[in-house]
Amino acid sequence: MTERMLPMSKAINEGLRRAMADDDRVILMGEDIGTLGGVFRVTEGLKTEFGENRVLDTPLAESGIVGTAIGLAMRGYRPVCEIQFEGFIFPGFDQITSQLAKLTYRHEGSQSFPVVIRVPYGGHIGAVEHHQESPETYFAHTAGLRVVSPATSNDAFWMIQQAIASNDPVLFFEPKSRYWHKGEVADDGVPVPMHQSRVVRTGSQVTLVGHGAMLAQLMQVADVAESEGTSVEVIDLRSISPIDYGPILESVQKTGHLVIAQEAPGNVSVGSEIAATIAERAFYSLEAPVLRVSGFDTPFPPAKLEGDYLPDVDRILEAVDRSLAY
Amino acid sequence: MSYTEATIQLLSPQGALVENDATAPYLPHLAALDDERLRDFHRQMVVMRRFDIEAGNLQRQGQLGLWIPSLGQEAAQVGSAYAARPQDHIFPSYREHVVGRIRGLDLMKIIEMLRGNSHGGWVPAETGNFHLFTLVIGSQTLHATGYAMGVALDGKSGTGDPTTDTAVLVYFGDGATSQGDVSESFVFASSYRTPQVFFLQNNHWAISVPVERQSRSPLYLRSTGFGIPSVQIDGNDVLASYAVTAAGLEAARSGAGPCFIEALTYRMGAHTSSDDPTKYREDEEMRFWSERDPISRFEAYLRARGEGEEFFQDVATEAEDLAADVRRRTSELEPPTSSKVFSNVYTDPHPLVEQQAAWYAAYEAGFEGGDA
Repeated sequence: MTERMLPMSKAINEGLRRAMADDDRVILMGEDIGTLGGVFRVTEGLKTEFGENRVLDTPLAESGIVGTAIGLAMRGYRPVCEIQFEGFIFPGFDQITSQLAKLTYRHEGSQSFPVVIRVPYGGHIGAVEHHQESPETYFAHTAGLRVVSPATSNDAFWMIQQAIASNDPVLFFEPKSRYWHKGEVADDGVPVPMHQSRVVRTGSQVTLVGHGAMLAQLMQVADVAESEGTSVEVIDLRSISPIDYGPILESVQKTGHLVIAQEAPGNVSVGSEIAATIAERAFYSLEAPVLRVSGFDTPFPPAKLEGDYLPDVDRILEAVDRSLAY
Repeated sequence: MSYTEATIQLLSPQGALVENDATAPYLPHLAALDDERLRDFHRQMVVMRRFDIEAGNLQRQGQLGLWIPSLGQEAAQVGSAYAARPQDHIFPSYREHVVGRIRGLDLMKIIEMLRGNSHGGWVPAETGNFHLFTLVIGSQTLHATGYAMGVALDGKSGTGDPTTDTAVLVYFGDGATSQGDVSESFVFASSYRTPQVFFLQNNHWAISVPVERQSRSPLYLRSTGFGIPSVQIDGNDVLASYAVTAAGLEAARSGAGPCFIEALTYRMGAHTSSDDPTKYREDEEMRFWSERDPISRFEAYLRARGEGEEFFQDVATEAEDLAADVRRRTSELEPPTSSKVFSNVYTDPHPLVEQQAAWYAAYEAGFEGGDA
């Protein structure tokens, strides 16, 4: 197996390149993704390599991007749409949730809609309003969509290819604060299936679950906790819809303590769903209530306050302590 | 009422052919129509008006949850539908029942949908590329534009081969013109020069809101700012609908890009069976449009051409037969089984849906007489 160190943005770029080379029905669409290579340079070089008929610099209209991607999918294409920032996905929300998500059902299965919507999301980049949010719950709530989010370069490289190969619509949430962090990427081998959650650090006393950029925080939490004598198990959710509960249940049966961390507001969130499900399915294993550490139920604040808003190592450690104190 | 000096009309309300400088470019398209096709125009309009009435009755009898009438819009729909070639793709709104029939759709698929047995579910590849109805107003214009972008990317337009060059025809209404999706579809269609005809049926009412609230200027002008040429036609004139759409589709197939047709017509019935138009519109308007009825106008034209009484009697019989057939087949429809709730949510396996389907099957089986 050959391994390279790549930042996540480059890993996704490589994944897109491979998917496009493998299947000439894969086309990219979005604002500024062609000549510029995307505002985060995720699609850099792909227009030069594959041509303007495979990498479409679209008009500035998110509903138009998703709506025409639906038509292209009907024609047999596998469009990969880039939404420039998560806060700009809502002009396309109707086409995603009322059309894309429901069209396979409406067609009674005669037509598939293999459309990927790539969404840079999350905070920690000090950006202006609408550029730091975590709206994944809206899409996880919608039947007909699949929602995933990689936390590492290697997952980003493989999961984007798996998302493109999926015959269903996939919302692919890219933790933009991780775009510049390098990680090992395996060029070959058998990737972990896109919808599996995974234990990324074993421990015995508390289970921590998160996705996307939160994983980096959780690993730090585990380090600090260990230095204080607490053994923490960390699970990378990877898939937000469907959620793979197997490793979470197994872990909670061992630790009896579960803390879920997420950048998104906690009210009616992915963390809420996990908490409810674990309460239903692992009630007798739990030695403390499932705790959530989330973004507050406020709009995302101005950038100078994002450190107050986003769950950080200390806030998660506080929850770990609270759980263990039960 | 809303006719303008620009309105193209090939057949006067009295059924006479209109030959002048404005109609001259379109008249050659009529030359391609043989007598049988002209009879088809009339047959489809009459038979489908009868179907429309029958389906409305079935709704009132509780057989359908809802009916969406197309009464009065027959000419706009029949003419444009016959202008499409077999390889063309058609994206309807939700009122284009006769367009579906002309493309080969079994009308019972529409009945099943409005009975609450399905969300459509027909297979466009088996229904003359007549795609599913879309109930969110205007959404389908973007799907049509994306499809047309794909046709262009595939090199299936502008080759000069009439058997394979493909165009896309999309229907929408006057209310839809206010939706952002319609404007965005104009942007994309113009930008990518899609092989596409936008066919607007201006039936003058978006449920209870008159077209004047959607636009202060004639709607046919709407697309020109986007760089898409447009034509306004008398939508109650089946020949104008046919000829102008044929010209537009031909240009689209040849690689000349999209065009936009505003067909002036009138929704003589309610928006749907849930609506009561007496609450918001005047008798005088109804009289105006009744005098411009699409069927009587074309019947006068055919009679003037020498069509005999026997044909009109045959069509009337066919209409009654269709109505009886629809009535019978509706009464024979079986309700869908509960497994349909869980089917085809996704193409690939999905654990959550599978778990819930299994749970519900077991739950149902727990009742005496449960069907699982």
